[in-house]
Amino acid sequence: MDPKELKRVRLVKRIAQEFPDGALVNLGIGMPTMVANYIPEGRTILLHSENGFTGLGPAAPKGAENQSIVNAGGQAVTIVPGGAFFDSAMSFAIIRGGHVDYTVLGALEVDMEGNLANYMIPGKMVPGMGGAMDLVAGARNVIIAMEHVNKNGAPKILKKCTLPLTAVGEVDLIVTDMAFIRVTKKGLVLEEIAEDTTVEEVIKATEAPLHIAGKIGKF
Amino acid sequence: MKPILSADEAVKDIKDGASLMVAGFMGCGNAFTLIDALIRKGTKDINLITSDTSFPEVGVGRIICQCRAATLTASHIGTNPVSGQKMNCGDLKVTLVPQGTFAERIRAKGAGLGGVLTPTGRGTAVEEGKQKLTLGGKEYLLELPLGADVAFIKAEVADTYGNAFLPGATKNMAVVMAMAADHVILEADKIVQPGELDPERVTIPGIFVSALVKATLPASNLQLKA
Repeated sequence: MDPKELKRVRLVKRIAQEFPDGALVNLGIGMPTMVANYIPEGRTILLHSENGFTGLGPAAPKGAENQSIVNAGGQAVTIVPGGAFFDSAMSFAIIRGGHVDYTVLGALEVDMEGNLANYMIPGKMVPGMGGAMDLVAGARNVIIAMEHVNKNGAPKILKKCTLPLTAVGEVDLIVTDMAFIRVTKKGLVLEEIAEDTTVEEVIKATEAPLHIAGKIGKF
Repeated sequence: MKPILSADEAVKDIKDGASLMVAGFMGCGNAFTLIDALIRKGTKDINLITSDTSFPEVGVGRIICQCRAATLTASHIGTNPVSGQKMNCGDLKVTLVPQGTFAERIRAKGAGLGGVLTPTGRGTAVEEGKQKLTLGGKEYLLELPLGADVAFIKAEVADTYGNAFLPGATKNMAVVMAMAADHVILEADKIVQPGELDPERVTIPGIFVSALVKATLPASNLQLKA
């Protein structure tokens, strides 16, 4: 595995430990989807697919695709025993009604007030928010899974987001290739760092101030 | 009993400039036969209302790629780059709506509600120009009902009363759209006699359906992403 992939695996593994047994979880496209592969043994979670079911399973094997079962990205997938299909109104009632325990999403920017920007870059990328705004507003816990800095090495964890917001004050946890950060009323609290970095390096790569409350763990 | 029409007959009265809801999610659950007939008929300036614009030239994505839409109300257009290109050059007026708000606005129309109060979009560009209400210390946006002249729905089985079974994840926006459009055309792989579809298996009650069309394009037309 290349070093970048190893770092991604480490961060999604760390997120996977957050879910209690039986949690209903919605995973975004890309890195968040990987979280499902690292649920600790002995725990079972149920995945919600916002296009209309609980019990989202792995991708369908080649040749055995069912045209009626796709994930929110349009890929042919499976439904696990114990799953249930429903329409979009029900699916988003589940989301908005606070019945989804955790959502894991990527981010372009996130800030010290828990504001999130992850759906557009004006003039460049305007794909639409899809279900992201409902998920971030409605899920009980919002976890951001992302690289700590952008392609140019600039911080993505800011004092204030500069891009159009997906939601205001809804982010609870930020987990990156470098750090595990909790969003609190007092600001961002650095709780853990990756095993190949230091607190100084994390602070340097973060624009927002980081509070350190107790002993810093490693992951 | 609902009329059983050919796809061409079913779409013949859809005028240029009509508002059209197309159920489906990333092509899954699109009415391929009806979309094909509409493209063939040449209807243009459609005010298209659909959850997403699928992939280029797949299902509802064709209405965009074949330049038949004047406006688009959707929640996601990222998987069909043509939608973004047309939006950027001004050929297509796009309104992006959070997906849950999209579903609930359509449901509100079908359910006779004056609107929906939702926290989704609070503090974002979505709240621009919208009335805000604070209830119980929480702030909500007032989102208004969304209806259409016509809806295209795809089912696996329908009886001649229009009762329909939609399998798996194809239900998506179909249930609310069937409630919210003035004229609902339902395309089904199989059309059966009353009594042959178990009432327990009905996803959409036939009372919402205006006409039935037998699907001639298979669901396998859906180019599932590998």
